[in-house]
Amino acid sequence: MATVARTGTTDEQRRRFARLERGVQLRYLLLLTPAAIFLVVFYGYPVAAMLARSFNDPTWGLENFRRLTVVRSHEDWFLFSMPMNAYIRVFMLTLRIALIVTLITLLLGYPVAYTLASVGASRANLLMIFVLVPFWTSILVRSYAWMVLLGREGTINRLLIRSGLRDEPLQLLNTRFAVYVGMVHILLPFMILPLYSVMRGIDRNYLRAAESLGGRPFDVFRHIFFPLSLPGISAGSLVVFILSLGFYITPALIGGPRDVMISMMIFQQVNMPNWGLAAALALILLVIAIVIYLLFNKILGVERIFGGSRT
Amino acid sequence: MVTNRVTPARNLGRPLTHGDGSHGARVIFDGIEKMYQQVRAVDGVDLDIAPGEFVTLLGPSGSGKTTSLMMLAGFEIPTGGEIYVDDQPIAAVPPYRRNIGMVFQSYALFPHMTVGENIAFPLKLRKFSKADAKRQTAEVLELVKLPGYEQRYPRQLSGGQQQRIAVARALVFNPRVLLMDEPLGALDKQLRESLQLEIKQLHDQLGVTIIYVTHDQQEALVMSDRIAVMNNGRIEQIGSPTELYDQPQTRFVASFLGESNFLDGRLSGSDAQGSVVTIEGVGAVRVPGQSGSSNSSSSSQGNQVTIAVRPEKIVFSDDAPMVDGQMNRLDGMVVQVIFVGEMRRYDVHLANGSSLIVKRHNRSGMRQYERGESVHVAWHLADTRLV
Repeated sequence: MATVARTGTTDEQRRRFARLERGVQLRYLLLLTPAAIFLVVFYGYPVAAMLARSFNDPTWGLENFRRLTVVRSHEDWFLFSMPMNAYIRVFMLTLRIALIVTLITLLLGYPVAYTLASVGASRANLLMIFVLVPFWTSILVRSYAWMVLLGREGTINRLLIRSGLRDEPLQLLNTRFAVYVGMVHILLPFMILPLYSVMRGIDRNYLRAAESLGGRPFDVFRHIFFPLSLPGISAGSLVVFILSLGFYITPALIGGPRDVMISMMIFQQVNMPNWGLAAALALILLVIAIVIYLLFNKILGVERIFGGSRT
Repeated sequence: MVTNRVTPARNLGRPLTHGDGSHGARVIFDGIEKMYQQVRAVDGVDLDIAPGEFVTLLGPSGSGKTTSLMMLAGFEIPTGGEIYVDDQPIAAVPPYRRNIGMVFQSYALFPHMTVGENIAFPLKLRKFSKADAKRQTAEVLELVKLPGYEQRYPRQLSGGQQQRIAVARALVFNPRVLLMDEPLGALDKQLRESLQLEIKQLHDQLGVTIIYVTHDQQEALVMSDRIAVMNNGRIEQIGSPTELYDQPQTRFVASFLGESNFLDGRLSGSDAQGSVVTIEGVGAVRVPGQSGSSNSSSSSQGNQVTIAVRPEKIVFSDDAPMVDGQMNRLDGMVVQVIFVGEMRRYDVHLANGSSLIVKRHNRSGMRQYERGESVHVAWHLADTRLV
C-alpha cells in the first residue's frame, strides 16, 4: 500500500488555499460589475450632476437655497409659529398628502393582506390577481381612467343625476379628494404586497399556541399577530410614503389648482428654465426621503421588533 | 369554564398524584371522524383516557394521530362523533375556552416576547395580578429547571431549552390535560432521551393527563402508560407498551412497534395447546393458543397465515439448550452480519429463501458466526404470534 508522506500544512499550501478563496470572492464581484457600471454611468453621474447645479447654477454658492428660505409670512402649526413661503407651503402639503395616503392605504390594505395571508394558498393566488392587475397597468392610463370616472360629465356624476340623488353634478375631478382616490388606488399594491409577504411568514402555530393558552381571537390578533406583522407595516408604509413624496402625474391630471406637490413645482422650475432652483428642490426632497427612511428603520426596524440581541 | 388557580408548585407539595385522577381530566373520543373533501383523515376513533394517564398516539405520518390531537385541542372541527373532557362535550367549544395545554414540535414560543412574557401570557389573559404572574412564572421555570431565564428571548436559547419553556408555558395555567405534538422531534438523540425522562417525571409529579403524539416507537415505549397505534385514520391496537410489544394483534403493529420477522405459512392443525403452521420448504412451527387475537377466518385449517417473531427472541442453537416441545427450530444460513455496537444483527436465510433477522447481544466468550455458516435457529413457543 502506498503511503503518503505527512509534512503538515506547508506555507505554499496555505497560499494556494487563500488564492482559491479569493477566486470565489472575485467571481461574485464580477457578477455585480455590469449593473454597477450601468448605474454609475446612467444614474449616479446624471443625478450627481443635476444636484450639483443647486450649488453652481447660475452662480456658485447657496443662492438657490436662500431663495427657498425667504420668509413671506408666519403660520401657526400647533403651538409653533412657522415661517412660510410658497416653497415651504408646497413641501408641507406634499408631506401631508403623502402621510394621509400612507394611512389610508394601510387601513385599506391591512385587512386585504390579512385575508390573503389567512386563506389557502390557491385561493390567495386567485385573489392576488385582483391586487396585481391594476399594479401592471400604467399609472398614466389609470389616472386618465379616474378623469373619466370623476369628471363633471363622468360616470359617477351621470349615475348620481340619473338616479335622482343629485340635480347638479358634483365637483369631483380636480379636487384634493380626487388626488387621494387616485394615489391610494395606485399605491395600494405597494402596501399590500409587503404586508402579505410578512403575514404569510407568521407561523400559524404562534396563533394556535396563543389560542390554546386562552387567547380570544382579538387577544391573539392584538398580542401576537399584529406585533409580528409590524415589519410589513413598516416596509409597506415606507414604500408608499416615499413614492407619494415624488408623485407627479396623478396630482397633475386629477388634482385641483391648489394641489401642487413638490415634483410639480420642480417641473415648473425646469420649464422656466431655472435649473438651479429645481435642483435645490430635488436635493431637499432626496434628503427628506433619506431622513424618513432612517427614522422608520430606527422606530419600526426589524431588530427592535424581534427584541433579542443577535449573536 | 372556571379558571383553576391551583399553582403547579402547590401540586408539588402533594404526594405523587399519578393516575389517581386528583388533578388530570378524563378524556373520551367517541366515534370521532374527520373528512377532508373525500379523504378520511380520522375514521371512527374511540378512546377512553383515564384521569392522569399518559397516552401516546403512535403512527406513521398520515395515520390521523395529529389530526386527532388537533381536534382535542380545538384547531380542527370533527365531521362526526364527540369528544368529552370530564364528561363535558367539547367538540364545538373554541380552543381558548378548553383550558388544555399544548406543546408544539416547533415550540411556537412568541419571538417578540421574552421567556417571562411568554410564560406569563396565559396568566395575563386570565387577569392574574402582575405579582402573582411573576411568582408563578418563577415557580414553573424552577419546575422545568431553567430558573432565572425570564429576561431571555427565545432565539437566545437552545432547542432543548426552548422546549422546556414551551412546556412551562403550557403548564403554568394549570390545565388538567396537556397535549404534546412530537415535542422532541427536532432535537438530537441524547437530548431527546433525557427530555423523555424529564417529561415523564413531570407527569408523575403533576398528575396531569398527557396525550402525546409521536412517530418514534422508542419514545412511545419509554414514556407511555398506554399506546394507541394508529394507521389509516384508525386505532389498530391500544394497550400498555408490554402488551403491544409482546402481543401485537396485527402485522402493522408488529412491524411498527419494534422489529418483527414475518413467515408466511399454512395452518395444518390445531388443538387445545395451539396450532401448527407449515412453512413450505422449511418446516413446521407451533403457535401456542392465544386469546382474542387470531380472528376466526384464519383459524380454520388450510388457511394462509402469517407468524411473527421478534429478532431478539431468536437464538442460535449453541446459545441455549434445546428443550423439545418448548422451542420452534429451523435451519438456515447466515448471509450477513452487521455490528451495531451492543449487538450483532444476523440475516439468516431459510431454505425457502425467506429471511430472518436475529439480534444477539455481544458478550465475551460468545461464539461468533460468519457469513456463509449454516446455523440452527430456535425460539420459544411463547414468542410466536399469529398476526
